[in-house]
Amino acid sequence: MNVFDIQELNLWYGKFQALKDVSLTAADAEITALIGPSGCGKSTLLKTLNRMNDLTPDCRITGSVRLRGQDVYADLPVNELRRRVGMVFQKPNPFPMSVYDNIAFGPRTHGVKSRLALDETVEKSLRSAAIWDEVKDRLRKSALGLSGGQQQRLCIARALAVTPEVLLLDEPTSALDPISTGKIEELLLTLKKNYCIIIVTHNMQQATRISDKTAFFLLGEMVEYDNTEKIFSLPRDKRTEDYVTGRFG
Amino acid sequence: MKKKRLKNKYPRKYGEILLGAITWAAALLMTAVLLYIIGFIVYRGAPYLKPSLFSPTYNSTNVSLLPALVSTVYMTAFALAVALPLGLGAAIYLAEYARRGHKVVRLIRLATETLAGIPSIIHGLFGMLFFVTYLGWGFSLLAGVCTLAIMILPLIMRASEEALLAAPDSYREGAFALGAGKLRTVFRIVLPAAAPGILAGVILSVGRIVGETAALIYTAGTVAQMPFAEGGPPLIDVFASVRTLSVHMYALTREGLHTNEGFATALTLLAVVMGINAAAAWMAGRVGKNRS
Repeated sequence: MNVFDIQELNLWYGKFQALKDVSLTAADAEITALIGPSGCGKSTLLKTLNRMNDLTPDCRITGSVRLRGQDVYADLPVNELRRRVGMVFQKPNPFPMSVYDNIAFGPRTHGVKSRLALDETVEKSLRSAAIWDEVKDRLRKSALGLSGGQQQRLCIARALAVTPEVLLLDEPTSALDPISTGKIEELLLTLKKNYCIIIVTHNMQQATRISDKTAFFLLGEMVEYDNTEKIFSLPRDKRTEDYVTGRFG
Repeated sequence: MKKKRLKNKYPRKYGEILLGAITWAAALLMTAVLLYIIGFIVYRGAPYLKPSLFSPTYNSTNVSLLPALVSTVYMTAFALAVALPLGLGAAIYLAEYARRGHKVVRLIRLATETLAGIPSIIHGLFGMLFFVTYLGWGFSLLAGVCTLAIMILPLIMRASEEALLAAPDSYREGAFALGAGKLRTVFRIVLPAAAPGILAGVILSVGRIVGETAALIYTAGTVAQMPFAEGGPPLIDVFASVRTLSVHMYALTREGLHTNEGFATALTLLAVVMGINAAAAWMAGRVGKNRS
């Protein structure tokens, strides 16, 4: 079932058009990868889905983005949208507080006060993000003391704690070593059963390893969108072929 | 453990040795001057630091410093109580709400910097003309508090704004992405992250308040009495004229009759400042517990 339905999306930063007529759907229990060279608009598209673009001045949007039929720019309060659509950033950004408080921040924001419920959510989220065993003895210690890979999984756990339906990941492993990257990829494959996952990646091997669908972007335009195997073995467009075979980018 | 020294392949140049010696000498000189001042004050003041100096009333034979000490505490607390919410509020507006780099923001910043550069005697003159005379408060605790608050406002504002701006945007993004609103993001994430920097501004302000004389002589007067109202503590008479420790010291030395007690007061003042700094460092440590 389609979770996100994007139709004819255009986006401008001031006079610069960053997205041109993008139409795309993303389904439940699937990983959709957005690939393309730097500045092609893939991160911009991701930020449109949970309205993080609202924070950018001079950002203008036309077209429609629907989350299970609801227009995210009209029908949904933005904080509710962001609860339902979690986001993980390129650089791990744990808050400067304890591991526990990092995870509990989201639920507390949305009104969970009971100690018991919070304890449960924290443990469940950390388990889902496959980091519980590593941090269970240091829940009260600063999250900034964790390694980069652990911090990123903590951020994933933090996003999961508010029970989202979608996870947006913006190059989540580009700042990590190969072993941490492997752990995150493994984690995403497990999580995919329960979430719609959209990931921006620079790493084409990563896209082939974990994603079901791949969309290739170039200069704000979505050149091709298909099953991942198809994109990497039999691309229809010459530009896609050039990119995935490493001729540019 | 014996330190093994790496053999230097290239001989050190004379310039390098000279520069090293100069920086060393500078550091040594700085420390020596500081130690000399402290030592001198202890040497002159300690013998006169008698229990009688801490009697609740001041008179011409026993120049007790307790009223001044108590007044200093109140003066500091009240001035901070006025300036901290205002300064912090302004800083939050500038750093979080105003559009970054906007003309008005730059104007406010310029005004703040100018205000910070005004000599304290001018603050005192303004305080006297406005609070003491125009508003008719007379030489009073209240006039002193308001004058000091204006004086430290730019310090607190600048320190807080710098601290808020130093909190990385990734914190804000992270909070927004979880569905937190602006208010919650600022108060739960950004402000705690900026707390140590804000605290540094507060420490600086306390230092200025405790050390201030000129502005206070014009506004709070120099009466050596407790700032309490008729009913006694904890009731406070904000219209009572009081002197802080610094003003007290100034008065004693200027009168020339109790110079030794002046040194004892200086010693007390030194202890108070060190105490405040230690407390602030301890607080910063607590606030920063989970921040590194």
